[in-house]
Order: sequence, then C-alpha cells, then structure tokens
Amino acid sequence: MMFRVDRDVLAEAVAWTARSLPARPSVPVLAGMRLEVTEQQELKLSGFDYEVSAEVTLQPQTGEPGVVLVSGRLLAEITRALPAQPVDVVVEGAKAVVTCGSARFTLLTMPVEDYPTLPAMPPAAGRVGSDVFASAVGQVAVATGKDDTLPMLTGVRMEIDGDTVTLAATDRYRLAVRELKWQPEQPAFEAVAMIPGRTLADTAKSLGSTGAEVEIALSGAGGTGEGMIGFSSAGRRTTSRLLDPDFPKYRSLLPTEFSATAELQTGAFVEAVKRVALVAERNTPVRLAFHGGEVVLEAGSGDEAQAVEVLQAELDGDEINIAFNHQFLLEGLGAIDSDVARLQFTTSTKPAILTGGKPVDDTLAPDYRYLIMPIRLSG
Amino acid sequence: MSRKQLLPSGSSGMDADDTGCAILHVDMDAFFASVELIDRPELRGTPVIIGHPGGRGVVLSATYEARKFGVHSAMPMTRARRLCPQATIVPPSHGKYYEISKQVMEVFQQITPEVEPLSVDEAFLDVAGARRLFGSPARIAKLIRSRVADEFSITCSVGVASTKFVAKLASTHCKPDGLLVIPADGVVAFLHPLPVAALWGVGERTEQALVRLGIRTVGDLARVPVTTLQREFGAVGAHLADLAWGRDERRVTPYSPDKSIGNEETFAHDVDDPATIKRELLRLSERVAARLRTAGYVGRTVSVKLRRSDFTTISRSRTLREPTDVAKVIYATACDLYDASGLARVRLRLVGVRMENLRSADLASHQLSLGEREIGWREAEQAVDRAVQRFGADAVRPASLVRRPFGPMDV
Repeated sequence: MMFRVDRDVLAEAVAWTARSLPARPSVPVLAGMRLEVTEQQELKLSGFDYEVSAEVTLQPQTGEPGVVLVSGRLLAEITRALPAQPVDVVVEGAKAVVTCGSARFTLLTMPVEDYPTLPAMPPAAGRVGSDVFASAVGQVAVATGKDDTLPMLTGVRMEIDGDTVTLAATDRYRLAVRELKWQPEQPAFEAVAMIPGRTLADTAKSLGSTGAEVEIALSGAGGTGEGMIGFSSAGRRTTSRLLDPDFPKYRSLLPTEFSATAELQTGAFVEAVKRVALVAERNTPVRLAFHGGEVVLEAGSGDEAQAVEVLQAELDGDEINIAFNHQFLLEGLGAIDSDVARLQFTTSTKPAILTGGKPVDDTLAPDYRYLIMPIRLSG
Repeated sequence: MSRKQLLPSGSSGMDADDTGCAILHVDMDAFFASVELIDRPELRGTPVIIGHPGGRGVVLSATYEARKFGVHSAMPMTRARRLCPQATIVPPSHGKYYEISKQVMEVFQQITPEVEPLSVDEAFLDVAGARRLFGSPARIAKLIRSRVADEFSITCSVGVASTKFVAKLASTHCKPDGLLVIPADGVVAFLHPLPVAALWGVGERTEQALVRLGIRTVGDLARVPVTTLQREFGAVGAHLADLAWGRDERRVTPYSPDKSIGNEETFAHDVDDPATIKRELLRLSERVAARLRTAGYVGRTVSVKLRRSDFTTISRSRTLREPTDVAKVIYATACDLYDASGLARVRLRLVGVRMENLRSADLASHQLSLGEREIGWREAEQAVDRAVQRFGADAVRPASLVRRPFGPMDV
C-alpha cells in the first residue's frame, strides 16, 4: 500500500480524524488511525472509539490499494509539522514510512485485523447548510449539562417534524431551544434523537468550516442503524451513538405570557455583567433591577466586595428585580447572536426568556429562545 | 473535667487585686442539668444525670449531687447508673440548651462585644473596654453571675485573670457557683501547686509522660529547663513551659462563627446493614439541618464519618454546588458518600454527618431549576421546625424514622 497526497490536504484530514480518537483508549488499537487506499483510488482515513466514528475520503495524487493502522496522535503531530510538499506514505513490512521533502519518519503499524469495523451510516434523512447547522448547534449546546452522571442532561435533543428541526438542551438551570428549516428526504419525516452534546458541538463546528451542506443520516423508529446518527459533508462523515431519548417535557416549561419585557444593547450588557461579576463568586448571582429606562446591575454581598453598574434598558411592563447566575446569563447573551438582547419576565422566581431583538412578527415565536432560571435570594 | 477539679483551695477570692485582669472565663455550672431543673424544680438537690438511658450512651451532664457519687461527663451511662442508681435520668433536649445558651451569650454581649464562645456553656470575655461602663473586672464578673442567676435561674462560675488559660483554671477552681480573681502577681503562686493535668493541652498521654519524668505539679514543670521539655515533647514542650509560668498570648477572639455543625451516633450494636446505616444517616442529617436552621447557617460541604468495629475511622466529604440547610440534600449527599466509601457491608460502630464551610443563611441564595416548585423541601422542613418547636422533638419526622431502630426497648 502506498499513496502520495499534498501536505495541507493530508494534515487537515488527519487532524480532523484524530479529534475523535479516544485520549485513553480502552483497547490499544483504538488509538490507531486507519488509512486505506481503495480499489477506486480513494484514500480513507478513519477513527473510532465505539461511540463516535470519523472518516474522511480524499483523492490522493497516486495510490496503490491497501490498508494500514498507525498511531493517530503521532501521525497528526507529524503531518502538522511537515514542510509544504507532497507527502508519500509507503508500507514496508510492519512499518509505515512517511516521507516529505527531506524529512522521513518510520512508524510502527498496529494490527489492522484487530480494528473494529466502522458502523454503517444510517439512511440519509435530510440536508441543511453547514454554517446554519453549526450556529444552531452552538446556540443550543451552551445549555448542556457538564455532569456526566446525568447523561440525559448532557445531550442535545433533535426533533424532526417535516421541514422543521428543533434542537433543545437543558442542564436544569437553563434551556436553549432553536428551530431551523431543512430539506428532508421525505416531506413527512418525523424522528427524535438525543445526541451527546459534546460530540454534536464538535462535529457541527468542524463541518461548518466546509461551507457545503451537511447531510444528516438518521433512521426512523425501527429502521436500520437505529440508535445511531450520522453527519456527512464534503467527504467527511461522523457517526455517533445516541443517548436514551428521555428528556424533560420542555415545551410546557417555556412561558408564553410575561409581565415585562426589557431590551438592552447586547454588547454593553455583556461588558457590564462581566464587570460586576468580578466580585461574584462562582454560582453566586448578579442582581438586576429594571425600572424606568434603566437597569441596575449589582453583585457581591455585604461582607465581601461589591459592584454596581447602571445601564440603559428599555422596559415595557412592570418593574422587576431578578437575579441570575452570571455565567448562565453571559452564555445566553453570547448565544443569541444579535445586537439587541430581549429579556422577558413574569416574576423574580419564574423563568425568564432571553432572545435576540424584537421578532419581525410578534405573534411568531423567535427561532432561538434561551430560558434562564433565576436565583432566589433569601430574605 | 473530673481530673481538673482536683485543685488545691486557698487562693484569692473576689476581693483580690483585679488590676490588669481583664479576661473573664464564664462557665455555666452543670449546664444541661441546670437547664433541665428549670422545668423540673422538684429535682433540685437530687442527683440528676442527663443522657440517653440505653446502650452505649454517655453522660452529657450531671448535677453536683450526682457528681458526688463519681459521675462525670463523658462517662458511659451504664457505669454512671451503677455508681449512682438513685439518680434521675433525663434524656437531653438539645434545642432547649441552645436556646438558653444563646440568651446567656446575649447577656455577655450587652457587657462587651469581645465575647468568644467556647461551647454552648462557656465563653471568654475581654472586659478591658467595659470598665468605664460597668466597673472593675471583678464587679463585672459579679454582675454577670447575678444577671444569669436572676434571668435564667441557673448558676455560673467566673474566673478573672490576666490571661485566658489562667481565667479558665480559676473558674474551674471556684466551681460551682463561684467567683475567683487571680491577681497578675498571684498567677505563679496559684499555678505552681496545681497538678500538671490542670494545664490546658495536657491530656492523659502528656500527663503520663510528665509523671514518668517525675513532674507532677505545675511548679515541677516550671523548674524543668525549656530545652529538656522541647526534647521530650517537641513544639508542645515550649508551650508547656510558657503555661507553667502563666504566659498565654492568645487574645479573646470575639465571635468566631461556627466552623462546622455535626452530629454522630454510636450504634447500640455494631451494624453492617446498609439500610439501617442509611436510616441513621437520615436521622443525623435531619438533626444537623435543623441545627443549621436554628443557628441561621447554610453549609456547602457535607462530610460523613464512619468508624469500623476496630475503631479505625474514615471521613469523606463533598462540596455542593450551593450551600444548603435542607436535610434532604444533606442526606442524599451523605448516602452517596457512604456508598462510595467502600465501607458498605462493613460493620460500623459509629456514623456521623457534618456540615462544613458554613455561612450565614441571609447571604445564601438558591439557583432555581426548571419546573421546581416554589414551595419546596426547605419550606417543608421549616414547617417541621415550627411544629417541633410547638409540640416537641418527636412531633414530625421522616416516615422511615418513626419506628426508631434503637429505641430504649431494644436495650
């Protein structure tokens, strides 16, 4: 087996594939990256850890069919460091030789026959622009839980109903929901999937840079490849095992009526929250008092440092005092992707909804909603 | 306590020169027992022992009438009852003690803000700044004694001296219902005849080591060169030498907030059944949470103590996302810690639950979660507190604790 490929093309493909390699593989071969030149003269690079698989297909300048397994991490480091010249990879017995310009590396190969077969892609379900998909996933993934002991809260729920995809995630303290349009393969396709949040965020981000469309592969109930989701775009494909589909019945938790709506300049709001939060310990609140045309931001407590800042805010409705975890607030403000932040309240102990700007049509729910539970202050 | 009462008498009474003696040590006499007698005056003048009557409980307090029979605090109940079979046994009602203690501490606070509570029943006061208002330290000591007696019908003993440890020795020395001033120039004369065990920090082990060296009294100790003591006892040696000459630099530190609140329970018989152990963890969690709420604290770190039959002990702790005073949360964490301890199914002699990392509940806030009820466990437990306040400790409790696994019946 041998192939020749441009250094930049190879380095990018190897780096992308290496992302899904396990840091501490349960079986040594899983640390390997599989390189295969097919009969069709295609070069396929793949990695798998039984949960997530990644595969890139590219066209080598020259190639002889064959397959080899080498340390993925080492190959990634080597290709990153190579000079900008064509790279030759040749298998010689139990060694793989990588040559590029004047540099030559000899790598040990791993037993390719012990390497697991990558899962097949489920049937294609539909397509969406990779940039739209990446930004939508990014907006929702901020709200996933980081605590692996509660797997249900570490996932992003994807609900497909015809041409509408709804993504939702919650860590119990906030809930992010994003709706987007896509092109389903079948107009009446319906499916629900819980995708591990970190994998989805990584995948969407890395496919987002291709600029092409992302194809989402997902079987309906009972179809082949159940329990699995696949994403492919521009020669790259990833599959991931799905999580248990349990998820809170979140739609009923989203308030629909409010006693007040405040609009602020997102940039100024973010800066002010960051400043007052300097005196707030982790998980302690930033207090917001909306009245008249302004909001007073405060953090810190009586026997510690305190901070206060006043900001313009357009309030429509009842005056309100409410407190939030500053990290949650900042992450929400970072996710709305809008110059104007719109906060809607009912009471200081009821969920608030953060959205970007005023929707064009007030009767429509905005595409993206970030629900944030307040912090109840004692006394 | 008992060992330290073996003090010679004949030191200076309250008329002694109290110049420069600004430190007061106030110690309530047989505090738990005295508080119980407020409600049961018919027991006055009789031997009374406070403690859980059954199994492996210990004496928490005893009246002086009972102490005459050799009963003292921390003694196993079985032994105490053998020594003094005619004593009335009263089970402790901790809530009552904390309440009276709080009120007594408030009396001290009215005299000086420089109050350092040592436990529920004793405190140091630095009255240097209170002389203009209330007179000399001895006068203040007298005032405290009469106010405590008038307002609470319990007695206390007050030691007055220039240092904390001498003041504490003085109050111990004049107990019960006494007042003793150790003038600054009388400290050495007061200290030196005392047995070494009277010194703070000299426990049984140190005492034995000292006696082996032929050092029996504080005077003996004072005459041993510091270098010798340091060789024998390390850093403690220098400290002992200081104490022997009445040197004690520690200041009265007003109000150090509680560092932790905890409860532990020794089983009547060693237990290896996880269900029983968890039930005990629940009971302890309930008690710790109630104490936190009474004291106005929330805690962030839950710590569990597990002692095996062979007395080897481990502690495990976890810091929560936010501070709490809710028994349900404390219990859930305590169970996790127990499950993860590797001691499930191991025979345990004692379990304890403790909350650390305390702060004032006024400053606490609670991150609400999706779908959380506005009125939650915290409110339910506060309601239980109020019921308990009105109807007594047994008014409301978790269903799994209704039939006490270790009631008096079992013993």
